[in-house]
Amino acid sequence: MTTIGGKKREKIDRLAELAARDEERGVSLWQDAFRRLRRNPAAIIGAVILTVFVLVALIGPFLVPYGPTDTMGIREGVIKPGLIPGSSSEHWFGYDHQGRDVFSRMIVGARQTLLVGVVATLIGLAVGVLIGGVAGAAAGLGGRWGRWVDSTLMRFIDMLLALPSLLLAVSIAALLGPSLTTVMIAVGMVSVPVFARLLRGSMIAQSNSDYVLAATSLGVRKSKIALAHVLPNSLAPVIVQATLTLATAIIEAAALSFLGLGNPDSATPEWGVMLADAQQYLGIRPELAIYPAVAIIITALGFTLLGESMREALDPKLRK
Amino acid sequence: MALLDVEDLSVTFARRGQRTVRAVDGVSFSVDAGEVVGLVGESGCGKSVTSLAIMGLLPKQPGLQVAGKAVFDGTDLLQIDERSRRDIRGRDVAMIFQDPLSSLNPVVPIGLQVTEVLTRHRGMRGEAASKEAAQLLDRVGIPDPKRRLKEYPHQLSGGMRQRALIAMAVACQPRLLIADEPTTALDVTIQAQILELLKDLVRDSGTALVMITHDLGVVAGMCDTINVLYGGRVVETARRRPLFRQPRHPYTVGLLGSVPRLDAGRGERLNPIPGSVRDLLPWPDGCAFAPRCDRRVDACLGEPPELVLTHDGRSYRCVNPAPLPGLTSGDEVRAAVPGQATPGSVPAQAVPDEPPAVPGLAAAPSEEETP
Repeated sequence: MTTIGGKKREKIDRLAELAARDEERGVSLWQDAFRRLRRNPAAIIGAVILTVFVLVALIGPFLVPYGPTDTMGIREGVIKPGLIPGSSSEHWFGYDHQGRDVFSRMIVGARQTLLVGVVATLIGLAVGVLIGGVAGAAAGLGGRWGRWVDSTLMRFIDMLLALPSLLLAVSIAALLGPSLTTVMIAVGMVSVPVFARLLRGSMIAQSNSDYVLAATSLGVRKSKIALAHVLPNSLAPVIVQATLTLATAIIEAAALSFLGLGNPDSATPEWGVMLADAQQYLGIRPELAIYPAVAIIITALGFTLLGESMREALDPKLRK
Repeated sequence: MALLDVEDLSVTFARRGQRTVRAVDGVSFSVDAGEVVGLVGESGCGKSVTSLAIMGLLPKQPGLQVAGKAVFDGTDLLQIDERSRRDIRGRDVAMIFQDPLSSLNPVVPIGLQVTEVLTRHRGMRGEAASKEAAQLLDRVGIPDPKRRLKEYPHQLSGGMRQRALIAMAVACQPRLLIADEPTTALDVTIQAQILELLKDLVRDSGTALVMITHDLGVVAGMCDTINVLYGGRVVETARRRPLFRQPRHPYTVGLLGSVPRLDAGRGERLNPIPGSVRDLLPWPDGCAFAPRCDRRVDACLGEPPELVLTHDGRSYRCVNPAPLPGLTSGDEVRAAVPGQATPGSVPAQAVPDEPPAVPGLAAAPSEEETP
């Protein structure tokens, strides 16, 4: 009999212990996905970006050195026509055209941006899941009535989808008049068709699976099958899509603000508005546009990285 | 009267622009309480479509036509409306599927899936339901059922998943159980355990079992009566022993001959049936098996062979059946009445006492199985 070296034995013991711990720990699908997520560097980077962003949005306004609406540059006379002072040790990102501290405005603007992104996505998610869920359930239940409900709802969704998203958002925003709520609703409505189609397609695919047949063979009611079996299985892609939508929602909200359809009170700092304001001064101070632009890009990147990693973690086909 | 009487069941799929497919073509069989009936055949012979048609589970699509009768305890399952059919499913008739992993909902714990049936048909809720669910899991041989109830399908082994599915199927003590290839997705040792479990359930509760399989080993170990299907029709029906001892239809002969045997000599080759199920002749033009049959004669073509009933309750659909040992075809009529065979001749139904010569799961026959 061959003896195993001490080091090797140690390694085997450690592996066995790990395996045993894994066994104990491995509980639900979501925990499994979370474990996979933790091992993905892209997910870690995304999570770090988002954590910083959320922290800044939550506690930033209490930490900023200057008031975001304080036009101190004009008061102190440092802003003259054709001259906006750049960054200094007192004002890290310099002044904007109205003599306000850009760093403070960036920090405070994060809260607006997060709020718009999250609320807009929630609006889109809620409406989209409702429409897609009803359509998917109706299509899965079958029957002439079910097919009718499904195709009626989907034609409506197709109509929304036919319009370019920014055009749709602009029309909604123009209809409701410029305000922050308008931006949220407009951006939310734009994401509705994506959620609705995704959930419906996912539900129809799940309706053909064996466990639905098995549940039917046991006499479970169709409504119960749709709610308790098909819907929970169809939600994963929708949740992933929500994370990705957060990124586009932030960009679209910025675009609407840029076009002047956002908050009419331009004193409230918001990255999109800052970007719009900066374009007149691109010649003198291009940084003024770069700061909010980079902030938007990094935030959107954070959401996208996390969203894509979640998609990979939750997709059973990519599992080892 | 039998518990389930399937009479002349036909299922056709018509698609615009495509040839109409007659998946099941006049299948008849019956199942008594406590009896195990096998439906055997290659892939594509209509076994699963038959079972799905009986359960009313065929996907509704234009062009689907189900004809015939499936009388269960006085009601024709093919005629009743969807609502009463749902009431019967799971309570009186239940089904076990081939792939236990995909037949369980991956995101719902086992316990919820079992209690769902109890709530639906027995009105049990909460504590009572989960207690009963634990008992059911225990009954199908899942250790530590309380813990398992909280677990998800992917945490169970293949055999355990199939046990959980069986627990769901027998939750309401159905009188008829249809098992569609219940062991195909499992490995051989687990297969034996699951078959043993099904056998116990049938013996203990008098449930009738329709066993759909392509595995002759399973048939030899389980079934009382066997229907061999080919091209959507029953080509031979017999009790287990006569079928394995003296198959009459050339297709049955071929099936038995193509089973690998442990006692075969080294270098001995398998005897596959030539061709594939796709090479079938449409029944109206003659015997569907004729293109692959080695006993083909001219009479096989032209018109479909009639079902021939023989003395001992078996039947086959063939004009040139495999001969019984010791009998010429003319002698068969003489042997029709048991006990009248003249002394000296070999009686057709004299069956030696060894178990059917099929490897794998051929269980030793117990006394009560031998009439």
